[in-house]
Amino acid sequence: MEKDILEILEKDSRLSVEKISVMLGVSEEEVARCIKKMEDDGIICGYTILADWDKAEKEYVAAMIEVKVTPQRDSGYEEIARRIYRFDEVKSVYLMSGAYDFMVLMDGKNIKEISHFISSKLSTLDYVTGTATHFVLKKYKDYGIVMEKEQSEDERMKVSP
Amino acid sequence: MTFIAEHIKNMPRSGIRKFFDIVNEIDGAISLGVGEPDFETPWPVRERGIYTLEKKRTVYTSNAGLLELRREISRYLENSLDVKYDPNGEVLVTVGASEGIDVALRAVINPGDEVMVVEPSFVSYKPCVVMAGGVPVVIETKQENNFRLTPDELVEKITPRTKALILPYPNNPTGAIMEKSDLAAIEKVLKYRDIVVISDEIYSELTYSDSPHVSIASFESMRNKTIVLNGFSKSYAMTGWRLGYAAGPRDIIDAMTKIHQYIIMCAPTVSQYAGIEALKSCGEAVVKMRKEYNMRRRVMRKGFLDMGLDCFEAMGAFYLFPDISSTGLKSEEFAERLLMEEKVAVVPGTAFGECGEGFIRCSYAYSIDEINAALERIGRFVKRMKGV
Repeated sequence: MEKDILEILEKDSRLSVEKISVMLGVSEEEVARCIKKMEDDGIICGYTILADWDKAEKEYVAAMIEVKVTPQRDSGYEEIARRIYRFDEVKSVYLMSGAYDFMVLMDGKNIKEISHFISSKLSTLDYVTGTATHFVLKKYKDYGIVMEKEQSEDERMKVSP
Repeated sequence: MTFIAEHIKNMPRSGIRKFFDIVNEIDGAISLGVGEPDFETPWPVRERGIYTLEKKRTVYTSNAGLLELRREISRYLENSLDVKYDPNGEVLVTVGASEGIDVALRAVINPGDEVMVVEPSFVSYKPCVVMAGGVPVVIETKQENNFRLTPDELVEKITPRTKALILPYPNNPTGAIMEKSDLAAIEKVLKYRDIVVISDEIYSELTYSDSPHVSIASFESMRNKTIVLNGFSKSYAMTGWRLGYAAGPRDIIDAMTKIHQYIIMCAPTVSQYAGIEALKSCGEAVVKMRKEYNMRRRVMRKGFLDMGLDCFEAMGAFYLFPDISSTGLKSEEFAERLLMEEKVAVVPGTAFGECGEGFIRCSYAYSIDEINAALERIGRFVKRMKGV
């Protein structure tokens, strides 16, 4: 059931416990208990919205930065990751397989701001040996949701057998 | 003077068609009247269709359908129904299950043969029986039996002229299903009788009980006198592709293929290739859709119960069949007034047989938001009719 609730909330985290209980055919108490448990266990890490900032007319640039590092003797990648994700500008940090070590996702007001962050904060970390920055030109789909609403009218006949 | 044949002239227009004309004139109506999924055909299937066109695979296939598709169908049936069908000779690819109904009936009916039609049910059965020269004999199912066919109801209608039984489960419009024990009781009645069962299982992937769909063909004694009809429309959201299939004993499928060959030639080639993709790679998509339907089913049923309408717990397809007799209105009147006064389109139960009187069919092939909006309007209407 936990998985079912997660799937529902992932699509619309604003749904009430009552509504979810009807959808799944279980009691409200059960749903509430389950959600609480998942929050406590850190399975549900937060509730957020998916915004298209381009439409919100906010000065905004997103970047993906490949980061190469030298893993540390005692802490491996963990301590480095921590050092990187503590910056508020950093939205996501993933440890990757392949040609580089971390993928860092960040937002900034403009290219300059992001460049400044990389050159002054990120590249200067001792164990960072190199970075490659990619700026996002346009987001088409994020977290499974298509940003540009396709004109999707219900083409079905209103009544059919 | 009219050129129209007697039996066609006397055939009533589908009750749905009549309603369809009214609905289309109403602006801003919310509809719960649709008998097809709101999901899109899964992208891999559409992509396969595009690729097929690119490769110019736009010629006829063999009459029975692409062998690769028949193989996939055969594998699917073995996995889902636990019945084996030889792709060579026991599977026929049709233009939707609709063609399957027609061709199956034509293949088995001699003039004057009786065909038992379980109602309420899909609108095509009776007309197809008549067009094939048969005589439809209606078996009315009841809400108190959860609209399942009972052995008593069946026995009562069997005569020396009975040739076939059309078994439409999971059911449109009631959403009823037949579980294994229900089918076992039916099998007992039919075991030693020479009656063909045409089992329309188009909604087989959409059941919501703990145990999966069971086909009467899975009973050993029934395997060789059952024609299983199914298709891609409901399970893979592929209504417009017009792709279905029939599986059954060799002699009957052979006869059906003969008819199919003369009237259709073959099912659309692009659709057939797309169908292969659906069976091969879209099991996960079906599970997802089923889950979503199930949630909507619960939301909608609670809505009806909350507004004081009796609504049996349908475990299949994507319809609910609430009992509206407590409003004092007949089905058609209810549907028409609901449409005029609250702009919600539902289908009167009578469109699916006389015993649908007192019920309306509501489809939950809509988003939860649309369902909630419709429920609110229906609730308002019901309250007014009940005068509370």
